[in-house]
Amino acid sequence: MINEIILMNGYGVYVWASFSFTLISFTTLYFVTKLQFLKEQKRFSSKFGSLNVEKAKAGKTQGINREILTNTSSI
Amino acid sequence: MFKYFEPNKIFAITSKAPKYVLFLFIVILSIGLTEALILSPQDYKQSDAVRIMYVHVPAAWISLGIFSVLALLSVGSFVFKNKNFALIAKSLAPSGFVFNIIALVTGSIWGKPTWGTWWAWDARITSMLILALFYGMYLLAWRIYENKEQVIKVTSLIAIFGVINVPIIKFSVDWWNTLHQPASIDILSTNTAIHPSMLIPLGIMTAAFALFSLLIFLMKYNTELIKVKNKGLDRL
Repeated sequence: MINEIILMNGYGVYVWASFSFTLISFTTLYFVTKLQFLKEQKRFSSKFGSLNVEKAKAGKTQGINREILTNTSSI
Repeated sequence: MFKYFEPNKIFAITSKAPKYVLFLFIVILSIGLTEALILSPQDYKQSDAVRIMYVHVPAAWISLGIFSVLALLSVGSFVFKNKNFALIAKSLAPSGFVFNIIALVTGSIWGKPTWGTWWAWDARITSMLILALFYGMYLLAWRIYENKEQVIKVTSLIAIFGVINVPIIKFSVDWWNTLHQPASIDILSTNTAIHPSMLIPLGIMTAAFALFSLLIFLMKYNTELIKVKNKGLDRL
């Protein structure tokens, strides 16, 4: 049974190569996108942290800024 | 109507959705892989090589679908002058490009046991390669141009010109003599050349791939919104 699944009548190398390439592409794209997200979020938090009290207060009036600061990692 | 496309309102949803989409994607992909690799039958002609169809076909469909949406959004950003359309299009493009590459690579791997060659300058394959070049130009333009107005114009033009290639890809197998087989599924009619035992896994894998592109879109869109807000902090 296991041999049948692995060898696939001699086509195993082609089938497994196709599925592996697809899954590796998915994993790479997912982690690259996640890293970009975390990098941008970190930059936002540090920029917001360096604002003076008055500017930070003004910044917090925008709902999206509050959302970004509270969502430390949504994924 | 476009007040619903405001980043503030969208972010509240898009920041919470990825974890649920990821969970659903993993569940559906697991079912799809079991069906595609173990439960679905062999083809009477291609034997087990037919299983490559379960990654090749959904990837091709989704890359074509995403590019068509890019073109629609580009027209929308021209007509309605809504920058959020461009942001949505920018966030969709990376997964479309990756699906395009997957379709080309898995098609090439499938070509070896069925046609005896890794590559042929056949109408369908060449037009898919041209689509990959359009995706490449689109993504590159976002990196090259600094001016926001300019980059939206350039990327929109690339998407609008590139979409001409989409019907060429679709009908290439009917218009020219190609190595590639004609379409087996016609979504406009109930006629299909594929048996349900293969059609169901194909549908499940397509759903899984669509969920993955939604997941990447949401993550990328959130990143883009934070980038915009980062620039906004400088102006405070």
